[in-house]
Amino acid sequence: MIPLDATTLPVIFAALMGAAILLYVILDGFDLGVGLLLPLATPDERDRMIGSIGPFWDANETWLVLAVGLLLVAFPAAHGAILTALYLPVAVMLVGLILRGVAFEFRAKAPVAQKPIWDRTFFAGSLMTAMSQGFMLGLYIMGLDWTPGNLAFALLTAAALTVGYSFIGATWIILKAEGALQRKAVDWARGGIWGMILGLGAVSVATPLVSDRIFARWFTFPEALLLAPLPAMSLLLIGLLWVALRHLPTRGDQFAWFPFAAASTLMTLGFAGMAYSFYPYVVPERLTIYEAAASPESLTIILIGTAFVLPVILAYTVLAYVIFRGKATVLRYD
Amino acid sequence: MMDTFLLSRIQFAANISFHILFPTITIALGWVLLFFRWRFARTGDGVWMDAYMFWVKVFALTFALGVVSGITMSFQFGTNWPGFMEAVGNVAGPLLAYEILTAFFLEAVFLGIMLFGARRVPGWLHVTATALVAIGTTMSAFWILVLNSWMHTPQGFELRDGVVHATDWWAIIFNPSMPYRLGHVLLASGLTVAFLIAGVAAFRRLIGDRQAGSALQLRLGLTLGAVLIPLQILMGDLHGLNTLEHQPAKVAAMEGNWETGPNVPLLLFALPDEEARTNRAELAIPNGASLILKHDPDGVVPGLNDYLAEDGTPLHPPVAPVFWAFRVMVGLGMAMLVLSWAGVWLIRRRGGADALPRPLLWATATMTFSGWGATLAGWYVTEIGRQPWLVTGVLTTEAAVADVPPAMVLSTLVAYLAVYSVLLAAYVGVLIHLARKATAGDPSLQAVPPSGLARAVPAE
Repeated sequence: MIPLDATTLPVIFAALMGAAILLYVILDGFDLGVGLLLPLATPDERDRMIGSIGPFWDANETWLVLAVGLLLVAFPAAHGAILTALYLPVAVMLVGLILRGVAFEFRAKAPVAQKPIWDRTFFAGSLMTAMSQGFMLGLYIMGLDWTPGNLAFALLTAAALTVGYSFIGATWIILKAEGALQRKAVDWARGGIWGMILGLGAVSVATPLVSDRIFARWFTFPEALLLAPLPAMSLLLIGLLWVALRHLPTRGDQFAWFPFAAASTLMTLGFAGMAYSFYPYVVPERLTIYEAAASPESLTIILIGTAFVLPVILAYTVLAYVIFRGKATVLRYD
Repeated sequence: MMDTFLLSRIQFAANISFHILFPTITIALGWVLLFFRWRFARTGDGVWMDAYMFWVKVFALTFALGVVSGITMSFQFGTNWPGFMEAVGNVAGPLLAYEILTAFFLEAVFLGIMLFGARRVPGWLHVTATALVAIGTTMSAFWILVLNSWMHTPQGFELRDGVVHATDWWAIIFNPSMPYRLGHVLLASGLTVAFLIAGVAAFRRLIGDRQAGSALQLRLGLTLGAVLIPLQILMGDLHGLNTLEHQPAKVAAMEGNWETGPNVPLLLFALPDEEARTNRAELAIPNGASLILKHDPDGVVPGLNDYLAEDGTPLHPPVAPVFWAFRVMVGLGMAMLVLSWAGVWLIRRRGGADALPRPLLWATATMTFSGWGATLAGWYVTEIGRQPWLVTGVLTTEAAVADVPPAMVLSTLVAYLAVYSVLLAAYVGVLIHLARKATAGDPSLQAVPPSGLARAVPAE
């Protein structure tokens, strides 16, 4: 039995927070991607695209609330330091999330003549959210300082994450759509895979250069050898995706699941690499998870609840995906 | 140029005021929807399904607005008030975590099944999903009100190096003001929904709806209001007495009472003047405040002048906003009482809601959003009434604010306000649109007279 104290609890909570962020990036990533692809589709296709994420988006967004909630409760000192440094991009993201979330409902309930306005709002909200998250990712990697060089890098990651989200969004539509829309989604994915490669590449090249500590982590023997599977698997998956996208959609709709699964795995690998680089820091090179952690008593209280509730959450989340499995239809309340 | 502190307060007030509009509807509307769904399952009468189909759309829209405006709140703690979590994170953190874990995921996942799963899951699971969404919204209210109440009446902790550490979770959760605040807010949610349903139904009757559905919803809304408002007045009184015990300065501001003493009058109108430390243009009922607060005309009521620092700096909340917000809340409550009782009385006398006179329909339609007004006014009383403290006796609001340039706070504030104004207008617009569409579905309004068997088709 691992003792729950000031050395183990911060690690457990960092892992929980990392899992929540990763789940958010994959799950809301495809929601946002679908929103980003909306202008490329016909009005009828838009209804089906939104139908494919309708039952899930709200729960998917909740992982962001959990992630920031865990940052807030487990690492209060880091919460303030990170969020005040990211004040403006956070505000842009929040407005984006507001617009995207409400457009979902308004487009279906407002007078028909207003529907195109809400579709544009949906796209704009998704774009603001994706760009600001990518921007924050870049600035975080560079250490949260607003210098011109860091901003340039943050703009690059903003673009890369936006294209990356639209890529995973396209793979989700390949999985959930059929016919002409599915073929279109394969085209979109072919166009978007570049963003994924560029994004992963930029982060992989930049992260070790930010600090000697991270550089040493990646390029000293024997750790470098143990880590080799990470980039190797990423390259393999990208290669397989490339081939798959040339042959999809297949007769009988086999392998429609593969691009989405591969894109999710790629995001997981990229995230694992970042987590390895930054551990044990929660504010890069400034504040470790041990220094920023809340008191062990409070963390224990949260952990007990989490241990019971998180499996239940995962179970009913899976239930929802099972209930709404198969090809998406236009949403109806009856 | 305003300073960061004031701008941050305005920004937080704007965000939380916008946010509370939507949960205050969904908390009670979830249970009302469950009631509609259950009545339909029991009676098979389509009028209940019509009611469900109409209000589930409003619920979905309201829920989405509540979710997205709530996310803003969770980030605001870090962006604008980092001192809050640094000082009291050990108490606030677990409470917020429990809210996310036990409420947010529950309502979010089952909302998808409730809204879109009717054809994909068996009936019992659909009813269960509806019930779990209602339970989720109420659980969420429970946890957030535990935290809010603890900020008003903190206990069960100790201070080490200026940081709060929890010592007794039972005492923290069941802090002295929690039961009253929770009861008050849940009843407020019930009243908000009662008048929303009655108001929209009255609007439909006014524009020519003759369906049984609108009459039923009108009767249901007014009856719910008539039942809940006396309970709310009682709960408000109990909450006020609790506040008198734990936060007397807030009560002194609510009453606009400057000097501690017996036989304090109840002020119906006054212009509190903090500079002169007196009221102008008073209109008062003698001994009223003493009677309400101490149930005795000679009862001693605390005065604001007891809460002054040596140098004269006020240690009590700003008087005029608390004083006036309290009167708006109570005034709206009285209007709810008169309207709902008059409505129910007329329905009984005339044998149905379809025979209500037009002036009463107009009054009901005017009161559609009265619950919002009363809820906001009530929150202003309690939250402004806590100032200058963020956590009573532990942390001042000023000590928690972030060191962010004022221009940054101002620009984001303007952006939020612009978005909120547009969304609020769109929300009310959609409600009117849905009401018109439901009315247009009235067979009696269509050119071809329907057969006697035709049932009102739910407007999609």
